[in-house]
Amino acid sequence: MKKLPSPKILMLLAVVSLAALFFFPLWQIRLDAAQFPGGLQLHIWINKVSGTDKNIIQNINILNHYIGMQAIHPDSIPELKYFPLINYLMITLGLIFAWINKSAGFLSWTIILLLLGILGLYDFYLWLYDYGHNLDPKAPIKVEGMTYMPPLLGKKDLLNFKVQSYPHWGGLFLGLATLLGGLAFIKSKFGKEK
Amino acid sequence: MILNKNALLRLMPVLLIGMVACNNKDSSQLIHGDAAQQAYVPPGEYDEFYAFLSGGYSGQITVYGLPSGRLFKEIPVFSQYPENGYGYSEETKNMFNTSYGFVPWDDSHHIELSQQNGEFDGRWLFVNGNNTPRIARVDLTTFETVEILEIPDVAGLHCSPFITENSEYLVSGTRFSVPIPQEDVPIDTYKENFKGLINYVSLDQEHGHMDLAFQIEMPGFNYDLARNGKAVSHGWSFLTTYNSEQAHSLLEVNASQMDKDLMAIVNWKKAEEYLAAGKFTERETSYYHNLMDEGSGIVNSEERTTTKILDPKECPDMVYFIPVPKSPHGCDIDPTGEYIVGNGKLSADMSVYSFSQIMQAIEEENFDGEFDGIPIINYEAGLHGIVQKPGLGPLHTEFDGRGNAYTTFFISSEVVKWDVESKEILDRQSTFYSPGHLVIPGGETRKPNGKYLVAMNKITKDRFLPTGPEMMHSAQLFDISGEKMKLILDFPTKAEPHYAQAIEAEKLMSNSKKFYPIEDNTHPYATMGEGRSRVEREGDEVHVYMTAMRSHLAPDNIEGIKVGDKVFFHLTNLEQDWDVPHGFAMQGATNAELLVMPGQTRTLLWEPKKPGVFAFYCTDFCSALHQEMSGYARVSAEGSNVPLKWGLNEELRENQEAANSFYEQAKTRASK
Repeated sequence: MKKLPSPKILMLLAVVSLAALFFFPLWQIRLDAAQFPGGLQLHIWINKVSGTDKNIIQNINILNHYIGMQAIHPDSIPELKYFPLINYLMITLGLIFAWINKSAGFLSWTIILLLLGILGLYDFYLWLYDYGHNLDPKAPIKVEGMTYMPPLLGKKDLLNFKVQSYPHWGGLFLGLATLLGGLAFIKSKFGKEK
Repeated sequence: MILNKNALLRLMPVLLIGMVACNNKDSSQLIHGDAAQQAYVPPGEYDEFYAFLSGGYSGQITVYGLPSGRLFKEIPVFSQYPENGYGYSEETKNMFNTSYGFVPWDDSHHIELSQQNGEFDGRWLFVNGNNTPRIARVDLTTFETVEILEIPDVAGLHCSPFITENSEYLVSGTRFSVPIPQEDVPIDTYKENFKGLINYVSLDQEHGHMDLAFQIEMPGFNYDLARNGKAVSHGWSFLTTYNSEQAHSLLEVNASQMDKDLMAIVNWKKAEEYLAAGKFTERETSYYHNLMDEGSGIVNSEERTTTKILDPKECPDMVYFIPVPKSPHGCDIDPTGEYIVGNGKLSADMSVYSFSQIMQAIEEENFDGEFDGIPIINYEAGLHGIVQKPGLGPLHTEFDGRGNAYTTFFISSEVVKWDVESKEILDRQSTFYSPGHLVIPGGETRKPNGKYLVAMNKITKDRFLPTGPEMMHSAQLFDISGEKMKLILDFPTKAEPHYAQAIEAEKLMSNSKKFYPIEDNTHPYATMGEGRSRVEREGDEVHVYMTAMRSHLAPDNIEGIKVGDKVFFHLTNLEQDWDVPHGFAMQGATNAELLVMPGQTRTLLWEPKKPGVFAFYCTDFCSALHQEMSGYARVSAEGSNVPLKWGLNEELRENQEAANSFYEQAKTRASK
C-alpha cells in the first residue's frame, strides 16, 4: 500500500486511461472462415466502428445480407455520438476530484464509471442481440432455428464463421481507469492511517 | 572437329533421334534422391521467385513460381483475351491499334524487368511484339498491360526490348531490313534499298511511359539480339547481327556463307550528344502509342508521325562493328560488365570479348576496314578468348554472380557451365529437348541470384503424357547452387517461351494490388452506387449504367431496347474486397465476356439482331448465390414504341438517397 502513488496521482492516471479510449478501440469482434485468411476484424470504438481495412463494414454487410442481418451503418448508431461526450464529462469530473482530493470524490467517480461501464456493456449486448435476431424474413439463406448474435465475450460458431469477441485496448483501459479510481479511493481513505 | 553448316544440318536429326531413343533412362539417372524435395513448395507456402515467361506465338506472358513450377497467371499482352475481355472491351480494344490497323495478335519474345543500378527494381516489365513491331509495358502492381508503343520502319522486332541498367532506354533492332521509307522496289535491290534501324525508346522514370527517342540508321543486316553494358560498360549497347551477306532469299544457305558476321557496338551516350546537338534528321512516318489511363482504365490511342534518325556516317565514334563467329544469336554481358559473350550459333567455338580491350582498340583505331562508314574493330584486339568446343549450337548465356556462365546449346541439347575468366568448361547437363533461352533469377543483371536455372526447351516429345500433335513446351529447373548443376524439376510451359526473367518474390508481392479503390475510379460511365444504375438512350445508342455486387447485377431487367441499337453495358464492380471479380456475359454478343475487378468499370458492346428476351449473367463464381446473379434484356422490333424501363426488384429508381451516400462514403473512407 505504501508503494502506491498518492491518490491524486492515481486519479490522474485513471483520467489518462480514460483519455486513451479516444485512441484505442473498446472491443473487437473477429470473424474467421476458410475464405478469409487472417480473418475479418471489426473494431468498436467509443465514437466509430472500423476494422481490418477501410472497407470492412461494406464487406461484412455484404456477407450478412445473405442471412438477413441488418446492414451496419455507424452513422445511425446514436451511442457513437453521445458516448464520447460522456467520456469527456468523466475526464472533467476526474480532474475536478483529483483537485479536490477527497476519498468521497474518488469513490463516487469510481462508482459512476463502473455503472457506466456496465450500462455500456448492456447496451452493446442489446445491439448484438438486435443484429443477431432481427432478421429479414426475405433473406436468401434461412437456417431453421438459427440466430446470429455474436458472443459478448468469448467464441461462438456462426455458420462458416468462428466469431470471437474480446475487449480491445480501449476496453482494458476502461477497466484500468475503474481500478485506478478504486485504488485512489482506498489509498485516500485507508492509506494515511498506516 | 570442324563443322560447316551443312554438316550440322545433317547431324541434327541424328542427334535428335539419339536423344529420343535414350532419354528416359538418361533423365531418370539424372534425378537425385532429394531433387523432389528441393522443388517442393508445401501447400499454403509461397515460392521464392516469380518467373515471367514470354509466350512466343501466344503473344502473352505467363507467370510461374520457382522452384515449384506452378503457373500463377497468364498476362494478356499482344493477343486478345476473351477470358477477361482484354482487347474486346471498349476500354481495352485501343491497345491493339497500330499503323496497320487493329492487330489482335503478336509474337512475344523477350522479357525485360525494369532496373535501377543494374538490379531489378520490380516496377515494370517490358516485352516485344515481333511481327507487328511494338513494345508493351506491364505494371507489376496489377500485372496488367498498360502501354504499347509501335516502332516504325522496322520489320520483325526480334532484337528487343533490352533495357539499360537504370531503365534509361529500351534498345531494339530490326530483325528484317526493309526499304526505309517503305516503297515498291524489286526485292533483289536489297543491297541498295534495304536498311536496318536500331531504336532507342526512353522511359519516363516516374510513370514508365515509353517514347521513341531516336533511331540509328544501319546497314541492311538482320539485327538479332542485344544487351546493354552495365557497370564499367554502362552507356554502350551490343547487338548481334546475321546476314552480313545481305541475302534476300534462302537465307538458310545464303546468309550462312561468311565465316564471321558482325556485332554492332553503340555508344548511346554519344548518340545522346549528337541528338542534343541537333545532328539528326526528322522523318515523317506513322506509329501508334496506346496508353491506359490509370483512373478510368481506358486506353487512349494516338498516332505519332515523326521520328529522329541518326546516321553513323555523320556521327563518328557512335557505332562500331566487331566480327563474331558465324550467325551469332545471343549477346550476353557478365555481371561485371567487362565480358561480352557472342554465341555463334553455327560456330563450334564461342567468342568472349573484353570491354576494356574493345575500348583500347577503338582508342588505338585498331580497325580492319569499315562497312558503310562504320569502323570494324580488329577481331583479335577485342577478344578476351575463345571457349573451345563447348557444344553444338550455342544460343544464350546467363550468369550466376560467382564468375560462372551458363550457355544453352540447341543442337547438342544441353546447358554448359563454364568459367568466364578462364573459359574452362566446368559442367554439362542434358535438357529435354533443345533449349532456346535460359534464365537465372537476375542472371543478366549486376546481382544475379545464382540458385536456380530454368532451361526453356523448343521440343517436348515424350516428356509428358501425349496430347496429340500439339503440345506445351517443356522446361527444366536446375539447382545451380553447387558445383554441378542438378536437375530438380520438369514442367510444361504455355505456348513457346523465348526469354524469361525471374525476380525475388519479396520485391513484388507486397506491392501487388488487391483491388482498385473505387474512389479513384474516374471512368466517365462508372456507376457509383446501385441506386445510380440506369439506362439512357442517345439515338440508337443505349447506355446501361450497371453495377455488380454479391449477388446481383443492377439493373437486372431492361426493356425498350430495339433491334439495330448499339447497347453498351458499362459494368462497375462495387466490391472493395480481395478476389471478388464479377463477370458479365450477354447472350448473342459477338465479342467476348467481361471480367471486372473490384472498383473497376468495363464496357461490353452488344448489338441485338432479333426481337426477344435475352439473358445475361455473372460468369465468375463470386458467391453462394452466384447462380442467381443474372438478368434479362428485352429486345423489341425496330421502330416499336416499348418505353425504356429498367429496375432491380422494382425498387431501385426510388432509392436515390442510398445511391448518393455510397459515393460520399467511399470518398470519406478514402480520406481516412
